[in-house]
Amino acid sequence: MAPDSSAAVAPARPPAARPPSNAMKRFARRRSTIAFLMTLPLISVIAGLVAWPASYAIYLATLNRRMTAFIGLENFDILLDNETFRAVIWQSCFFAITAVLLKALIGFWLAHMLHHLPTKGQRKWRGMLLVPWVIPPALSTLGWWWMFDPSYSSINYLLNAIGGPSIPWLGSPWWARISVIIVNVWYGAPFFMIMYLAALKSVPEQLYEAAAIDGASGWQGLRHITLPMMQNIISITVLFSLIVTFANYDIVRVLTNGGPRDLTQVFASYAFQVGVLSGNIPRGAAVSLFMFPLLAFIAYFVLKGVNQRNKEMA
Amino acid sequence: MTKNGTSRRNVLRSGAGVAAAGVLAAPMVHAQGTAGSLRFAFWDHWVPGGNDALKELATKWGEQKRVTVSLDFINTTGNQLQLTAAAQAQSRSGHDGISLTPWDVGAYSDKLEPVDDVIGRLVGKYGPINPVAEFLCKHGGKWRGVPATSGTQNKPACVRFDLMLEHAGIDVRAMWPANNTRGPGADNWTWETFVTAAEKCHKAGFSFGLPMGQFSDAVDWVGALFAGYGAHITDATGKPTIRGNAKLKTAIELGVRLSRFLPSDVWAWDDASNNRALISGRSALVFNPPSAWAVAKRDAPQVAEKCWTIPMPAGPEGRFLAYLPFTTGVWAFGRNKTAAKEFLEFITQRENAEAITNKSGGYDIPPFASMTDFKVWETTSPPVGTIFNYPLKPHHQARTSIAFEPAPAELASQMYIQALNTKVIARVAQGGETVDQAMAWLEREINNMRRG
Repeated sequence: MAPDSSAAVAPARPPAARPPSNAMKRFARRRSTIAFLMTLPLISVIAGLVAWPASYAIYLATLNRRMTAFIGLENFDILLDNETFRAVIWQSCFFAITAVLLKALIGFWLAHMLHHLPTKGQRKWRGMLLVPWVIPPALSTLGWWWMFDPSYSSINYLLNAIGGPSIPWLGSPWWARISVIIVNVWYGAPFFMIMYLAALKSVPEQLYEAAAIDGASGWQGLRHITLPMMQNIISITVLFSLIVTFANYDIVRVLTNGGPRDLTQVFASYAFQVGVLSGNIPRGAAVSLFMFPLLAFIAYFVLKGVNQRNKEMA
Repeated sequence: MTKNGTSRRNVLRSGAGVAAAGVLAAPMVHAQGTAGSLRFAFWDHWVPGGNDALKELATKWGEQKRVTVSLDFINTTGNQLQLTAAAQAQSRSGHDGISLTPWDVGAYSDKLEPVDDVIGRLVGKYGPINPVAEFLCKHGGKWRGVPATSGTQNKPACVRFDLMLEHAGIDVRAMWPANNTRGPGADNWTWETFVTAAEKCHKAGFSFGLPMGQFSDAVDWVGALFAGYGAHITDATGKPTIRGNAKLKTAIELGVRLSRFLPSDVWAWDDASNNRALISGRSALVFNPPSAWAVAKRDAPQVAEKCWTIPMPAGPEGRFLAYLPFTTGVWAFGRNKTAAKEFLEFITQRENAEAITNKSGGYDIPPFASMTDFKVWETTSPPVGTIFNYPLKPHHQARTSIAFEPAPAELASQMYIQALNTKVIARVAQGGETVDQAMAWLEREINNMRRG
């Protein structure tokens, strides 16, 4: 019963006779104060490490090159007027979407393979398949760079050994783009695998048994049981990976430095080149903020969908 | 509670201070002085022991002046030095002075202390300073940094004289001997001769190792090629001078022609790829400081003993040598600016510049023409005299150049970092555009950079 309804039927009391109610309010207030104080470290961290840098980046993006005058959104206008930047938008989208799709598909396939292995063997395979994800990407990308090296590629050596032609992995625009995607997929697929494996393990076996009794095929089981049950984790994983992949820097930086002819530049590498190396910090900030509205929009709808499905399940 | 002014808290605080000092101390601390302290960030030399000269000079000067000098050496791998400078300029705190890459002097000119007094005394003593260094360091009529010896490099041609003689018929040792004279054929050492030699060596399987990507080695040599043809893409105000620029068109066409005789993957080469090409014995020529030769001396001595450094080829407008200087700036927000300037003047004295160059095995180039006669360039071997022609000497009849000169620093730095000169060639040679289309793209790109 709500406190208000009891108050409605209770006889009126003089103010002095209502200390418990005030005490309750004070207590509630005290509890919120305590709660606030307890969350203050987290709020400080978010304010200091997220809100402040983001606000400062937005502020920087509105300044002129010398950072002496406010120019509003002109940096964005300048960027959209630039052919190289328009190519960067296309390349970033191509890179992020292709890489995330491949990571999701490979991760899903690996998770299924692992899920159907006996528990004992599964641990070993799971550990091995996670290795790419735990190696710092700058380091592993260096290893890939040696394999793709323009002059001494070990992959080309193997190709030549079986009579194949040398491939200009980093020198030709499309091969360079494919190389960057290969490394990103190699690095990121284990993350999808482990998330999907956890989701698969949470699907009740009884659902598959019931479906099998009803004569459902394996594909129908996947289509009507597995995918719906994994929908939330797939949405969140894809969203998370999309954001991280759009912000990827180290792979492009180490592997191609954006070349040849800027045809492998993505937002982060181009922002660093324009902002820090070329000394145009406001324009670099504008580059790095460019995808923020779109990603925020996507994130809002994906998370809204997840919440709706959670409510329906509850 | 305190006794004799010592509290438990003070003791703990002192202990923490000592511990922090142990962890955070700069790698070098010199003579404990009474005239204050000085902190410098210098470029971390790639040559083993290359920083030793600066350490020794700092010790010597610190003891003389009773100043505590600490030096940090920061490398340019992953652009750490550039990031440090950017962070210090933004936060207005950090070292008293710092090594700056060529265009950073202009980028931070309003945050750097003028050093005209130091330059005035040095020029009075040693004669004219390198004009490229002056172009990069002088802003608003004031010198904003002292051109450095440590890290400053030329990029002449390092040639496999045996391969060049055998396949292109050019005797580079006779042409540019290890003395101050020009030999037979020196006058014909032009970019046209160069392309012909490149074609012959390419056919023989020893292509010239010339990067065409977005790293500094590529931008620098193409910059010298453009300068040789008088192919400036902007004027001193930054206004593009591309439309109808016949000199630029000729230079681009030569670059495209030359690229056909280079390895097919040069578009992705970094600053180490040309070194590897030389050291592996696959290449007859690279444009580089003696670092490629020095690594060959260690790893492939049979290659090193057949290398000979000669000036870059000449174009119709003269012979230009790619030059990449470091500058040491004193932050305007530094705490000990007077001592910092005094220290920079000290390390630029001839005997100290020579000590720095000697420690680097001849790699470092001092900013004064009067300092191109150090013994190290005559005596280094094998073969003796191999880097005699590494510094620019009067008989070369050449000038140093930096790509995109004479554009203003803030525009030139963007064009340099974004490698517009190699990209314009690549758009034709690799992208299939016509020269006119590529030049039109170049103009649009520069106009866009000038906005904001």
